[in-house]
Amino acid sequence: MLRYLITRALSLGASLVVASLVIFTMIEVIPGDPASFMLGLNASEDTVAALRDELGLNGTLSTRYLNWIGGLVAGDFGTSYTYRVPVAELVVERLQVSLPLAIFALLLSTLIAIPVGLIAATRRGEMTDYTIMGATQMGIAVPNFWFAMLLVLVFAVQLRWFSAGGFPGWDAGIGPALKSLTLPAIALALPQASILARVMRSSLLDVLHQDYMRTARAKGLSIAQATRRHALRNALIPVLTIIGLQFSFLLAGAIIIENVFFLPGLGRLIFQAITQRDLVVVESVVMLLVFAVILVTFLVDVAYAVVDPRLRRRA
Amino acid sequence: MIDLQNLSVSIHDTPILQDVGLSIAPGQVIGLVGESGSGKSMTALAVMGLLPRGAKASGQIMFDGLDLNGLDDDALCSLRGRRISMIFQEPMTALNPVQTIGDQVAECARIHRTISRDGALRLAAEKLTRVGLPQDRVPLDRYPHELSGGQRQRVCIAMAIALHPDLLIADEPTTALDVTTQAQILDLLKELVAEEGMGLLLITHDLAVVAGMADRVAVMRKGKIVEQGETEILFRTMSHPYTRQLLEASNHAPAGIAQPSAAPLLQVNNAIRDYPLPRTRLLGPAPQFRAVDGVSFTLNKGESLGLVGESGCGKSTLSRAILGLEALQGGDILLNGDPISPDMDTARRAGLQVVFQDPYGSFNPRWKVEKLVAEPFHLLGARPEDWRDQVRQALAEVGLPGEAMTRYPHEFSGGQRQRIAIARALILRPELIVLDEAVSALDVSIRADILDLLADLQAKHGLAYLFISHDLGVVRNVTGRVLVMRAGQIVEEGETETVFTTPQHDYTRNLINAAPKIPPAWRTA
Amino acid sequence: MTRLPVQLWIGAALSTSLLAAVLISFLWTPYDVTTLNIAEKLKAPSASYLLGTDHFGRDLLSMLMEGGRISISVAVLAVGIGMGLGVPLGLMAAANRGSWLDEVIMRGNDLIFAFPSLVIAILITATFGPSATNAIIAIGIFNIPVFARVARGGALTIWTREFIMAAKVAGKGKIRISVEHILPNIANLLIVQGTIQFSLGILAEAGLSYVGLGAQPPTPSWGRMLADAQTMIYTTPRLAIAPGLAIVAMVLGLNLIGDGLRDLLDPRIRRARE
Repeated sequence: MLRYLITRALSLGASLVVASLVIFTMIEVIPGDPASFMLGLNASEDTVAALRDELGLNGTLSTRYLNWIGGLVAGDFGTSYTYRVPVAELVVERLQVSLPLAIFALLLSTLIAIPVGLIAATRRGEMTDYTIMGATQMGIAVPNFWFAMLLVLVFAVQLRWFSAGGFPGWDAGIGPALKSLTLPAIALALPQASILARVMRSSLLDVLHQDYMRTARAKGLSIAQATRRHALRNALIPVLTIIGLQFSFLLAGAIIIENVFFLPGLGRLIFQAITQRDLVVVESVVMLLVFAVILVTFLVDVAYAVVDPRLRRRA
Repeated sequence: MIDLQNLSVSIHDTPILQDVGLSIAPGQVIGLVGESGSGKSMTALAVMGLLPRGAKASGQIMFDGLDLNGLDDDALCSLRGRRISMIFQEPMTALNPVQTIGDQVAECARIHRTISRDGALRLAAEKLTRVGLPQDRVPLDRYPHELSGGQRQRVCIAMAIALHPDLLIADEPTTALDVTTQAQILDLLKELVAEEGMGLLLITHDLAVVAGMADRVAVMRKGKIVEQGETEILFRTMSHPYTRQLLEASNHAPAGIAQPSAAPLLQVNNAIRDYPLPRTRLLGPAPQFRAVDGVSFTLNKGESLGLVGESGCGKSTLSRAILGLEALQGGDILLNGDPISPDMDTARRAGLQVVFQDPYGSFNPRWKVEKLVAEPFHLLGARPEDWRDQVRQALAEVGLPGEAMTRYPHEFSGGQRQRIAIARALILRPELIVLDEAVSALDVSIRADILDLLADLQAKHGLAYLFISHDLGVVRNVTGRVLVMRAGQIVEEGETETVFTTPQHDYTRNLINAAPKIPPAWRTA
Repeated sequence: MTRLPVQLWIGAALSTSLLAAVLISFLWTPYDVTTLNIAEKLKAPSASYLLGTDHFGRDLLSMLMEGGRISISVAVLAVGIGMGLGVPLGLMAAANRGSWLDEVIMRGNDLIFAFPSLVIAILITATFGPSATNAIIAIGIFNIPVFARVARGGALTIWTREFIMAAKVAGKGKIRISVEHILPNIANLLIVQGTIQFSLGILAEAGLSYVGLGAQPPTPSWGRMLADAQTMIYTTPRLAIAPGLAIVAMVLGLNLIGDGLRDLLDPRIRRARE
């Protein structure tokens, strides 16, 4: 178990290093001179030189890279050129919207998908199964941001149950804050839940055909008991993989959905940074996103070891 | 105690069982014998009430005056595992991989009785000890993947006997196990029957297994019981022709064993093959496993040499080295004096061909037979002009019509596929064919035909065979000389008959004693 | 002959009719979408404008037909990149299972998985500015590990089969075996995955264009049309609904084809049905 985790943690570290190199190359090496790139064509030599100085672009590539990484580790993400505040401050503020949104959506999609997949699998070939499969097929085909627009149209414009967008902030209380995240979370969660429910169904169907299910029945367990006690945990192994993968989709999806609902999250931050060529922000936020995805992959690996004893080797 | 009357089963209107009648008394062992597809497993599933979806059963399954056919699942659930239990063929997959063996055995008690978790685990420990898995060696918190096949089958038996059932059904319980493990499991079952006074329905394809185990035997064919009776009487009289045919086929010896010349064809000199094991430490060299440990032997031209051993003894590794697929870490292998290695030239490779065990996995399912059989022509650089004629001729030699050429492998039966595999091995007229468990997956009657075919081809073309098998009976009937392999080493070598009648090494003796046999006195007729 | 699965028919009908409409747009559209006609702006659907017009007076139907070009070609090219690079990588990894090459390829795969296509698009856009090519590259790169994984996984099970051993005995090398024996036997998996990635590509392109990282004005694409429509969603929801439905229909059609093909090509399911 420990060995397995150490191996996974080492590979996580290696991924982070390579990922940071890729990002650094894309942002600071390929454009040539990031300072003149950020200021555009009309900038004078002096302003460019001043910015270059401010961003610490005068060192060699390796020192610049090490400075950047060292800063990240110490929590110093640099200073935004457009906002004139530390990027870390911006990020922490925006994360208070994006992270709860992604987690809200992940919970919602998992909580919907697992029972739905379970029902479809146990009613295989019946009307319920066909209906669920048809609905999930539809759910997968819907772009989440378009679905978000439809939700706004129905629940905000027509029914006026929710506001069409904006975020009151956590200071306004948990209730209103969560309420403003509800429609975005539903929009994000539904397509993911459709995928997850299908995975759950097929994984469970696979497991139901395994020999040990026959053994369980031969012991005198009813179909429901055998499913609950032997099939579920085995069926969850592939579902975990998908949940892990979905986190990266949810994060990316959240960035897009924030645009629909005018939520002040990481997504709006990064798109504004792109239009304003604020590379310091882009670089750090992208690194943060990638870090989050890699971290979740690691957590899924840990969860694997908990669920599947074959991965834990006796020391 | 249990009495099947006129039991018929059909799946989607295809009859699977017809008018099966069978009864089992407490403390009695009934052997149910038949080839694959005879319906013997279906009979067991019908008794358990676990028939696959779409199956319909008619007739009666009387169990202590209660007709099981027609009971609802709840009623059956309360019987299954408590009064009737079952063990299956594949111990490797029969246990839930993510639950400890203790919990799995304890579960039987937990669902049928009101018992605390601790009480159930105590019972599990007791039962596991009874089946030969004492707590100090195999504690309750082990997971199935940490156990060997034989140990897993013992866990299955512990689950099955946990609540003193009246009837135990064992469906090919030892088919997936090595011969020595098989003997231990069969002994265990026999003891349990005597101790617990339960009835045992033992389902198997192997007549020798029932001969040593069963009080009564029923022979099944195409969904019907063709003959049943007291074991000894049944074996002595063999009143039904199918039973006789089955017995003859199971011990079939092709006429005459080829007389080899004295010229050596294959020479294996002190061969060593190491595998790296998974690292136990993050740094440092990976530990090595020595699969083949200093093996030496000679195979003469035109000879049939047997290589027997249990799974994991290194015989398959050795065969891959002989085929030039994997490099040795020490020693050498010579074919006609030229060394064999993964990078030897193709002409040398052409002298060596192989037939594998699995008639289903041996062919690319997307290729037609002509292309499959012609694959070894790759060794000549290009297919000769008349390759189709040569393929047709090779197929004819193995008894397949020319029209087979344009068909796909899935259109053939297991026995026919093995013939195609032999045609493929034959097409370049090699001097040596490695038969790697080549008849192990076949039913006995088909196996007999293939053995005859191999003998004919050997006589005709002067082929040499290296006959690798775990099945001592077959090796005894078809080879002139035999090697016994264990843990990477050859422990005994000699004339087959001599080795079998007067084995010198303890291990060989164990192997031969463990193999189930029909008492010679029974086959007088 | 086995009966074709019903979802295959529905899927094929949906996606081919959309594809046909898009192809026709190269020859003919009801109106020219490059000329603006403010006088005709925001017309409701009628006989002359089947789906009505947008805020510049452009015919919505014509825009949908033309907009599909970018959406579909981005998705197709991205699948091409993913298959073209991913499948050989996966085959190589499988043929050298457990070697350093396998390790490097699979770790590289994991690394790309850590970059959602949106993030790749953000990186590319930050340095090169937005364009449809970005979308192709970003989605294409993300497809590489998907195909590599499917190819490797499928190939590994084929490599353990005895007919591969027979091919080795016939003196065939890894590359030849991969091409002759492995590839035809994993083609099923790849085709099914191809249709899935195609549909995901449509969705991803729509997302990228919607946030301005994909196709740029005046090139119409389904995702861009949605972005333009968003501001008018309260007044003219029709403008947002039509392109959305086009995306849904295309993606649904492709997914149904994928599902149907899987049923048709998977011998396990086929046997169960016969």
